[in-house]
Amino acid sequence: MMKIRYGTGLLLGGMLALSNVVMADGDSYSRRGKSADVAPVNNTRYAKECGSCHFAYQPGLLPARSWRKLMGNLADHFGDNAELPQEDAAAIADYLVKNAADRSNHRRSVKISDSLSPGQTPIRISQVPYIVSKHDEIPARLITGNPKVKSLTQCQACHSRAEAGLFSEHEINIPGHGPWEDD
Amino acid sequence: MKISVHSMLIALLCASAAAGADVVDERLAAYKAQGANGFSAAAGEVLWNRSFKNAKTGESRNCAACHTANLRNAGKHAETGKVIEPMKPAVNPKRLTDVKQVEKWFLRNCKWTYGRECTPQEKGDFLLFIRN
Repeated sequence: MMKIRYGTGLLLGGMLALSNVVMADGDSYSRRGKSADVAPVNNTRYAKECGSCHFAYQPGLLPARSWRKLMGNLADHFGDNAELPQEDAAAIADYLVKNAADRSNHRRSVKISDSLSPGQTPIRISQVPYIVSKHDEIPARLITGNPKVKSLTQCQACHSRAEAGLFSEHEINIPGHGPWEDD
Repeated sequence: MKISVHSMLIALLCASAAAGADVVDERLAAYKAQGANGFSAAAGEVLWNRSFKNAKTGESRNCAACHTANLRNAGKHAETGKVIEPMKPAVNPKRLTDVKQVEKWFLRNCKWTYGRECTPQEKGDFLLFIRN
């Protein structure tokens, strides 16, 4: 009797433990033992200063040399003025460079880095060869012709969990269109 | 002990409620020290809505284009479309509470809109228009 109870207890405990794992790791990546595609942003100064105007692009989306170039000209930031006090600019540049694509082991950061030749220093994420190739089959009407997307720069418009560094094609929801499966 | 905790809380609450006014008053005094005087919310509003042609792109720019003319409303970044929370401290208490943020945005947005930094006079007028 005791033994059976003990066994039931163990089984129940095991089931509880399992369900806890599933509940805690709601995303399929974690369950399969994988991390995010690119490391999520974990710097409050970057999130605040850069994320107040646009999606806070993860540092792992560009190589270190690109971040250095971009941070060297905040007075003309894609036509906008994004100047920061020296102390903030330096701290943010440091964060971006240290977590850049070519210094990250995250899956898509590695692919981004590998798609660039050493002489290429894009400051637009949308011009990184890997990013271009991943989007080249999507018709323009769904991106630039789509008033709810407008541009490839709006990651979060279609990648529902872009903020968490998750860019799986299974989590795409193009406004006015729906899921997109690349095949 | 209870009383002192309460009075501390009250003091803290009063301090945070007055923070917005403090930053504007402190800035106005600083702009005065730089030669400005006679600040006017009405002048701030006129400049807020006046359009300037950008030398590089030829496009017409003003503050209201992104922030809207009614400072109680949320605006939208011209390029990225990101929502800009309302400017009025009455509806968005975070506004005008941080000198560093105020000066950062003056620098960026005056350069973008007018192609130059704003004068102390213009900044004072804007602050009164936004606060009042």
